[in-house]
Amino acid sequence: MTQALAFLYNPHRFMAFSAWAAPLFGALAITLAAAGLWLGFTAPEDYQQGDTVRIMFIHVPAAWLGLFVYVCLGGASFLSLVFRQALADAAARAAAPIGAVFTALALATGSLWGKPMWGAWWVWDARLTSVLVLFLFYLAYMALRAAIDDEAKGARAAAILALVGLINVPIVHWSVEWWNTLHQGRTVFAAGGSRAATVFLAPLFLMTLSYMAAFGALWLVRIRGEVWRRRAAAAENRLAR
Amino acid sequence: MLDLDPGPYGFYIWTSYGLSAGALAWLAISSLTFARRWRRRAQDLEVRLRAEEARGADLR
Repeated sequence: MTQALAFLYNPHRFMAFSAWAAPLFGALAITLAAAGLWLGFTAPEDYQQGDTVRIMFIHVPAAWLGLFVYVCLGGASFLSLVFRQALADAAARAAAPIGAVFTALALATGSLWGKPMWGAWWVWDARLTSVLVLFLFYLAYMALRAAIDDEAKGARAAAILALVGLINVPIVHWSVEWWNTLHQGRTVFAAGGSRAATVFLAPLFLMTLSYMAAFGALWLVRIRGEVWRRRAAAAENRLAR
Repeated sequence: MLDLDPGPYGFYIWTSYGLSAGALAWLAISSLTFARRWRRRAQDLEVRLRAEEARGADLR
């Protein structure tokens, strides 16, 4: 853990690590996605959902990643706010657009599954609404950073907002237990074991691992971009003097 | 057996997969171009900065 955090304190070590880790994660994401898609489209139809079960293989990973990336954003914001770590701030900034895209995909693919299965594109159900709030937190984080000219002040304000938004993470997770929802309850990690058939679990886990690897690659690439952007700004300042 | 015939749900399934592939491809391309653009800019500025510093040292 200390070793992992050391990367957040040392940009040089991070740049050396990410130079080989980002392409590795990218290749892993493509390989896992190919295997997951193959298993997903060779799996039989579900007895209730029919072929729409295949939407689950991309909807569930996107929803999990939307939450996971927000936890990363919150963690990096905490490190940047409390320990004033520039690289942690770069990591938080880099995570936001990726998390927003995963959450938007969870909402869009969920809606595309909901229409044929529930007969509605959208319902104001606790799970759907709390995921929409999660998406709005991502947008608010990016908007706040963009709205404040002083980058350091913008970073602090956005970090506080990100930490406030962490309250929504357990709400999203347990919304299906705390309220009566149209959205189904916990299936894969249900108490007493998974309620999904193994034939559906294999592509689901492969696609989840693929999305995780894709996030790893994209996050590292975007943090590298942030580091370069800050180096360019520092060089520009010194040239202007 | 590969099953690419989603029956009556084709629109919902292919739109979901198309949106996901498009969004992830956009993320990958935008992330790579963002990183490359700033790397080039930073490297150019650092070269200029080193040149300016060397000239300043010569004048002194």
